[in-house]
Amino acid sequence: MSDSAVDLAGRTPIKMRVRETIILRIVGKALVPFILLFALYVQFHGDYGPGGGFQAGVIFAAGLILHALIFGLDALREKVPPIVVEIGIALGALLYAGVGVVSMLMGGEFLHYGMLDTHDMAHGQHLGILLVELGVGITVTFVMVAIFYAFAGRSRQ
Amino acid sequence: MGEQAMGAAIEASLFVLMIALAIVIARLRSLFAAAMLFGIFSLLAAGMQTMMDAVDVAFTEAAVGAGISTVLFLGALGLTTSSETRPLHHRVAGLVVVTATGLLLAYGTLDMPAYGDPNAPIHRHVAPHYLVDSDAEIGIPNVVTSVLASYRGYDTYGETTVVLTAAVGAILLLGGFLGRDPSKDEDAASESRDGGGEGV
Repeated sequence: MSDSAVDLAGRTPIKMRVRETIILRIVGKALVPFILLFALYVQFHGDYGPGGGFQAGVIFAAGLILHALIFGLDALREKVPPIVVEIGIALGALLYAGVGVVSMLMGGEFLHYGMLDTHDMAHGQHLGILLVELGVGITVTFVMVAIFYAFAGRSRQ
Repeated sequence: MGEQAMGAAIEASLFVLMIALAIVIARLRSLFAAAMLFGIFSLLAAGMQTMMDAVDVAFTEAAVGAGISTVLFLGALGLTTSSETRPLHHRVAGLVVVTATGLLLAYGTLDMPAYGDPNAPIHRHVAPHYLVDSDAEIGIPNVVTSVLASYRGYDTYGETTVVLTAAVGAILLLGGFLGRDPSKDEDAASESRDGGGEGV
């Protein structure tokens, strides 16, 4: 049985086949930007329709992973270096917590976004939700990529 | 009656397909095929959640269950064999435990309020406040987002931390991440070993 068939690290038969199949390459290449764009739409439209940071992060990561499946892990590592991923997973959670701390400094409770706008509580809520959802989106995107890197960057022992 | 009967028919066929798929997955020995069928199972679950008007949940199920986890299953399969070894004997004890647990869970649901019952406790506690006052207090149309991100913002913060912890765990356990690439020095060896893969 072939264990290499699904080895995402590259240099395996199936990998070569995917990379050399022009239809997969072209269709995948054309799809990736739209997947990333759709993820941004889901991210910033979560207040008005279904969606939000979590779904957007997963979709954005799916676009990046598709890129890696077509062009190889190294191609994605060049564009999204592991150091960026490491910073990203912490940055999102920090942004979320930061919004909470700022709302405390403005005189409210932790994560009381209404305090972010002293004139209009609802406006502050809207801003707070936008920021924390962005934090969730950033963390989820890079966590998914990090887990993918951890799995795909390792060959069978 | 048309619309309701249609909905019931779709829900029933989704249920039947999910149960059939679950049985097939449990009996499959090819882990690669099982990973693919798991993706389809998630897609059916997302369809079911859409039928229950839980679009946000369905969205997450489709993206995570059918999308990312399939890729991660494949990644994990790349590190192990793609076929499950045949058990030496059928484990009767396992079947008994699973059946008993299933029956207990089904018995437990008898105490739950009927699906969609407006008088269920969950609809009488804080839900009316969220639905009525969300527009004035938060001012965004999607009440699911205002509950998740604002009313229950503390929980969502905890969930984000859980997701972060998952990545930290994967990096620590699987390694090969912090600048180093352990697969690099093994490539030569693994290449000759994997040379004759039959593909999929």
